[in-house]
Amino acid sequence: MKSRSRDLLSCTLRSPDSVTRFSMGEWDLLVRQARSAGLLARVRHVLARHQLTEAIPAVARWHFDAAATLAAKQQLAVRWEVDKIRTALKGLAFPFILLKGSAYVMANLPAASGRLFNDIDILVPRAQLGAVEAALMLAGWHPTLLSDYDQRYYRRWMHEIPPLQHAVRATVIDVHHAILPDTARYHPDSATLRHRAVAVADMPGVQVLATEDRILHSATHVFHDGELPHGLRDLTDLDLLLRDAAANPDFWLRLTTRANELQLGRSLFYALRYLRYFLDTPIPDSAMAALERDKPNRLTLALMDRIFTRVLAPDHASCADRFTPAARLAAFVRAHWLRMPVHLLIPHLLHKAFVSPYQRNEKPA
Amino acid sequence: MKLLQLSPSDLRHQLAGNGVWLRTGPFSLRIRSCLPRVAEGLTELYGQFEVRSAHQAFADFHVELNPPSRLRRWFRPQVNFSFDGAQPFKPLPLDQAYPMLEWGLNWCVSMHAHHYLIIHAAVVEKNGLAAILPAPPGSGKSTLTAGLVLSGWRLLSDELTLIDRRTGLLHALPRPVSLKNQSIDVIRQFNPEAFINRVSHDTSKGSVAHMRPPRDSVLRQHEPARPGWVIFPKWEAGAETRLTPRSRAETFMFLAQNAFNYSHLGADGFRVGTTLIDHAHCYDFRYSALSEAVTAFDRLAERRAV
Repeated sequence: MKSRSRDLLSCTLRSPDSVTRFSMGEWDLLVRQARSAGLLARVRHVLARHQLTEAIPAVARWHFDAAATLAAKQQLAVRWEVDKIRTALKGLAFPFILLKGSAYVMANLPAASGRLFNDIDILVPRAQLGAVEAALMLAGWHPTLLSDYDQRYYRRWMHEIPPLQHAVRATVIDVHHAILPDTARYHPDSATLRHRAVAVADMPGVQVLATEDRILHSATHVFHDGELPHGLRDLTDLDLLLRDAAANPDFWLRLTTRANELQLGRSLFYALRYLRYFLDTPIPDSAMAALERDKPNRLTLALMDRIFTRVLAPDHASCADRFTPAARLAAFVRAHWLRMPVHLLIPHLLHKAFVSPYQRNEKPA
Repeated sequence: MKLLQLSPSDLRHQLAGNGVWLRTGPFSLRIRSCLPRVAEGLTELYGQFEVRSAHQAFADFHVELNPPSRLRRWFRPQVNFSFDGAQPFKPLPLDQAYPMLEWGLNWCVSMHAHHYLIIHAAVVEKNGLAAILPAPPGSGKSTLTAGLVLSGWRLLSDELTLIDRRTGLLHALPRPVSLKNQSIDVIRQFNPEAFINRVSHDTSKGSVAHMRPPRDSVLRQHEPARPGWVIFPKWEAGAETRLTPRSRAETFMFLAQNAFNYSHLGADGFRVGTTLIDHAHCYDFRYSALSEAVTAFDRLAERRAV
């Protein structure tokens, strides 16, 4: 049985009313867990939606307000930045697709509420990568400092080029040509993602993924990423995306069908399983049944439960038990295992372990 | 209860265990450390501040100063600053443990407290009006601040000007005043009664020590002040003490550029900043003798006290 303090943040997100019974010690812990998960502003939003703002003790309130100030500023900056990218890529004959956080903002989705950002992710056709990179460089974005090894690694094996950073504003763009690396087990077809993408209102040339694709991408991202500093935040994104999309009666059928088409059933299965566990997301049993084929065997599932119930929790001392470090390592290895075959993985991990730490260039976050 | 009421051994014990809850201005801290230097620094400089048992209390910032690893305790010992488990800085030599606490606390406030517009400047107050002293490092800002607060001005802060976004008032955070290099001796000579703690040498800012904040400033730390002046001090060898008026617009631009979070606040940052400038008289200030500088400030305060 999990102790209440270890689960305080997800407990608050599941049943916001519980905050009315919080002690000062629990508020202290909630602020700390929410900050480390990048969810302070979102918790404030959730509490406001449930008319619970008054329940926040006066001494704790500024933490939520300050995070909301930062989130509001970042959303404004994202809109500005997207417009700058649009201007930079105007001359190209194809639209670009916003992924993840910036897409939630531009599509005005509930998943944008109280969200913080590190960078802007865009998806463009692989054949156009060179033209896109050149156009962005002309507009002031330049490659971040990376070691030669990392440069080669990105360009040869990854589904994105090295991050580009703006010379003046220091904003970072990740340019993707696919949603998973070339070397990964599964290859969702980027062409069909682009084909179904939808335009952003009043922004010619800017698109976001179709609803199901957006959710599948978000789920895939969580379960293919080795380091999950914001695992719970990514789950709350998914929770908000799903609740919003589920207003459409045939949504769940469309989602599971599309997952099969894109070979992403397993990722969706895990996402839904842990959404139920952490956030009580209302997911119909029919959707879980439709993913029965993608369910791993019992042994694997038992192991994955032990890993993901730990690594998706906030990366905060109060949420960890003695198995958490092992679970984080296991998730890291698993993600790499899924991203590349063994003959590439072993040399890569050796390089990262023994060569990279002694080189001057730092890997960007 | 005040920190000075804790016996040194109790303080060390609590710091090494559950931590000590400490209030400085509008912020509460929980500090943990097994290092004697941190306990010593707190005893010497934070005696007048309120402490509580850290158990079950709400703290704004949970900070820790400890050696990075057991090995490092013996071999070129170092100290790490952790903010609730995260390490925003590289470890420093153990000798710099106390200044690292002060720098770390400045970082905590400037990175998180966006309910204030936070400017990188010292603030002192007399007769209810505050003088904001922004200035690049090396301009003698800390020396002047220390001189003023040892001469009857109230210390609000030597580094962080906290402007309440709702009221436009300046909030006090009267933590110890950081003194660098020659200014340590200048202040020792200016007022031999002033308590300055042990000097840490070879830091990134040279030699650094901290001066205990005046008792009255700490007791009045919950009393905000109205902005009265923005004064850019510049120490120059042999210079005559001189105040020259300065353009409000230029001053505003400087403050915006030297704010930690001006851009985070969006349009509200502009509103708060311009409101402040509308109520402040702006000056450039040159000086070489600290006592003359204090007299010039006292005269300014008298002129607006009517």
